[in-house]
Amino acid sequence: MRLSFILPIGIFAILAALFGIYLYQIGPGGKDIKQIPSVLIDKELPEFELPPIEGRGDGLNTSDLKGRAALVNVFASWCPPCRTEHPGLMQLAKEGFALYGINYKDKPKDAMGFLARLGDPFKRIGADANGRAAIEWGVYGYPESFIIDRTGRIRYKHIGPIMPRDLEMTIRPLLEKFSK
Amino acid sequence: MRARARLILLLLAVTVAAPAMAVEPHEILNDPALEARARDISKILRCLVCQNQSIDDSNAGLARDLRVIVRERLTAGDSDDAVIAFVTSRYGDFVLLKPPFKSTTYLLWGGPGIILLIGLVAVVVTFRRRAAQPSDAAPLTDDEMQRLEKLTDGGRDP
Amino acid sequence: MIAEIGHFAITLALIMALVQGIAPLVGAARDNAAWMGLAKPAARGQFLFTALAFACLTQAFVTSDFSVAIVAANSHTLKPMLYKVSGVWGNHEGSMLMWVLILTIFGLMVAEFGRNLPPSLHARVLGVHGLIAVGFFAFILFTSNPFERLDPALLQGQGLNPLLQDPGLAFHPPFLYLGYVGFSMAFSFAVAALIEGRVDPAWARWVRPWTLAAWCALTVGIALGSWWAYYELGWGGWWFWDPVENASFMPWLAGTALLHSSIVVEKRDALKSWTVLLAILTFALSILGTFLVRSGVLTSVHAFATDPSRGVFILGLLVVIVGGALTLYMIRAPQLKGGGLFSPISREGALVLNNLVLATATAVVFLGTLYPLALDAVGGGKVSVGAPFFASTFVPIMSPILIACVIGPTLGWKRGDLGTALKRLRLALLVAVVVLLAVWYMAAGNQVLSALGLGVAAWLIVGAFIDLAGRLGVFRVSLVESWRRTVNLPRSAWGTAFAHAGLGIFVAGVTASSSWQTESVQLMRAGDSVPLAGYTVTFEGAKDLKGPNYNAVRGGFTVRRGDRVIARLKPEKRFYPAEQSQTTEAAIHTTWMADIYTVLGDRDESGAWTTRFYHNPLVPWIWAGVMVMALGGGISLTDRRLRIGAPRRARDNPSRAASPVPTGS
Repeated sequence: MRLSFILPIGIFAILAALFGIYLYQIGPGGKDIKQIPSVLIDKELPEFELPPIEGRGDGLNTSDLKGRAALVNVFASWCPPCRTEHPGLMQLAKEGFALYGINYKDKPKDAMGFLARLGDPFKRIGADANGRAAIEWGVYGYPESFIIDRTGRIRYKHIGPIMPRDLEMTIRPLLEKFSK
Repeated sequence: MRARARLILLLLAVTVAAPAMAVEPHEILNDPALEARARDISKILRCLVCQNQSIDDSNAGLARDLRVIVRERLTAGDSDDAVIAFVTSRYGDFVLLKPPFKSTTYLLWGGPGIILLIGLVAVVVTFRRRAAQPSDAAPLTDDEMQRLEKLTDGGRDP
Repeated sequence: MIAEIGHFAITLALIMALVQGIAPLVGAARDNAAWMGLAKPAARGQFLFTALAFACLTQAFVTSDFSVAIVAANSHTLKPMLYKVSGVWGNHEGSMLMWVLILTIFGLMVAEFGRNLPPSLHARVLGVHGLIAVGFFAFILFTSNPFERLDPALLQGQGLNPLLQDPGLAFHPPFLYLGYVGFSMAFSFAVAALIEGRVDPAWARWVRPWTLAAWCALTVGIALGSWWAYYELGWGGWWFWDPVENASFMPWLAGTALLHSSIVVEKRDALKSWTVLLAILTFALSILGTFLVRSGVLTSVHAFATDPSRGVFILGLLVVIVGGALTLYMIRAPQLKGGGLFSPISREGALVLNNLVLATATAVVFLGTLYPLALDAVGGGKVSVGAPFFASTFVPIMSPILIACVIGPTLGWKRGDLGTALKRLRLALLVAVVVLLAVWYMAAGNQVLSALGLGVAAWLIVGAFIDLAGRLGVFRVSLVESWRRTVNLPRSAWGTAFAHAGLGIFVAGVTASSSWQTESVQLMRAGDSVPLAGYTVTFEGAKDLKGPNYNAVRGGFTVRRGDRVIARLKPEKRFYPAEQSQTTEAAIHTTWMADIYTVLGDRDESGAWTTRFYHNPLVPWIWAGVMVMALGGGISLTDRRLRIGAPRRARDNPSRAASPVPTGS
């Protein structure tokens, strides 16, 4: 039988299989196609230096993050999912993990209010008023969290709020692993 | 004036049409050549928080920040490639609206040419094959010929 | 109660579709006229019940019945009535109901007006069509029920995206669906022909009106969507190679190829298996579009917010419908014996070139749209394919068509003479070269592509009508004779001329608006003026106002040429409290030759406003050209030869006057 008659159904079969595979991959509990994977994984964390939120004395820069495993969280008071994930972050801090915050394009008063109401899990917080530091980290959505190991390499990026399931399955295990 | 920019514009804009709608007056650089480069680069950088827009088109915050960064780096003397590399080293290749030419995209960029080639070959082969074999359909009877004529207007021109 | 009636009606329609799908096919296989005859009443029943369901859903939207889930999610009591109605199809479930409604309309029309088809073919076409309907009714009933109730009902709806509250956009989906679904008829004809084992010129003639109608509708639908994007989205873009836009463009490209290749089947009894394959693929691309938009595999501003489980169902439909058809093709198509031979330089040859280019173009758009998905599925990472890819691949591939589509119609069948054809077209060539040189000169010699673009446009427009003029014997024979020929000339000749000329107008619009656009962005205070392409635009000031469901700031701009006031434009920025979203409404002054496009931006701390002005030369020609193409298609649709069975007035052949065309019983 001539190739030209078999080719259409053949190509279609391959395509249908691809679609099927993809649907399976993005199905319930599967990958989120809107998420863009980070290119900074396994690379040194970016160079940056952030002042403290007005009214505080800390601030955050690159050297603060070297020496132990940590979670860096990019948040803002005007971001509703940040509020949703915050209790999870408080929990992590209570368990002894090191959390650092980058406050993105926020008014000092609002940021302080957010921390006062929901708690402050962060060892240090840097205020990124113009968003440049976040760009160095490849941030595009809020909130985003990064897990750093003790040598100062980024090991994992979580896009969106950290839900309890993510805490259980990914965040806590990874933090424990890199803390050893 | 901005001749080369216009040419590039035509190529891009035949399908994407009108340039920047989101550049703010205070972002525009004073040097028109640098500004033109900034616009060209912005047009091929994707706005990651939008649907299918370039940072030149979008008025999202991230787009604005990246536009400003592009202009800053151009003013600092970076080449076009260096500026693009700056962005892709932080956001990955996905930020490029024009897919890069690397191993994962050989099939994408080579595809059109291959498809055209296959099409041409198919046409030529079919031509040759049919020229070699005369049609073996049974000739129509007079009655069938008449009916066919009526149905197709005697094959008169269109 | 109404919603339940609607739901029940869909179930009844499904039953009708089952009858229509099974009985005629079995009847045709067994030569049982009674069973074949079930097709027509089944088609009627299907249409009636679907129309009833659609009416029920419309009623729910119009009365703002928020106990129906999709009404609650997509409507609002404050919405103007027009948008309450268009909200019926502005969501996934409702739009699927519109989909099947159009499917049943086409089925009904073929059932009623297909008297001239041989009974077995008629029955098989309706049978296949019925089976397609079964699939889609099942999809609606099992995954996308529009009449799902919400308990407890909401007191107020959650409104519709303000971007969609626009007249242009309200009618964009119906036209698109007429197109997508209309191609299902060509598909049904193709599969029926494969089952029968026979494709002949008469088949091509019967398929044509349905394909043409669908193509016209799709052309208009795409044009509406593009034009809407231009004036609504506030930045003057009109095509973005967005995956969902591409999903509508691919069936259009394939449908155009189908229209052209079926001519060869009709006139020369050749290209049969290719045309059948194309008919299958065109509808396959329609279903693929449905899959891409509704399954969640692509992110797009157009995509409905749906889930992968629906995607699985549609993939199933795709596999059964398209996979089934292509398998049948593999088995039966080799039996379709090819017809007349022809030389490469001939009308057929030109049509083959047309199909080669369009098929390649379709494949390229397909490749660019689905490559990210395929790569991600096999774990190759994420790559983004945007407009630059398509611009550098699609445009060059399509260019041979722009030259050939003028030459093609002037070539003879079987063996054409290129020399003679070009001689007939020398006027078009002359005008094209003159335009090219003139533009090049005016642009000071550094815009080759733009000059080429306009030259090609002139070639298309003049060339399209030269052939017509030649046939009418303009300036060569007497006026009376010319008039006689005009009246006798088949409509499809006019249709071809307009369609190809429309393409030229489109090319001119695209070239000019992208090459010579003038843009001006600045901060202005009331009283400031800026120059724009020979005009002066003065800012009169901005004021607040309130609309039916929005608050807005409106800017006033006066456009003058010299001292003469040309236009007063009032762009707005609107805020919709129900959706908490903001839109920019541009104000545009359109003339035959250009658009003056004004946008009001943000106000800065000092009270100055960011303003953007654009002068877009020939931009209206973009959509005018596409509408002329659709007009050409529409004119062709009125060609009397497409209505086989209509009594023929034997003007030129008195010998045939006596016998009427035999009608299929």
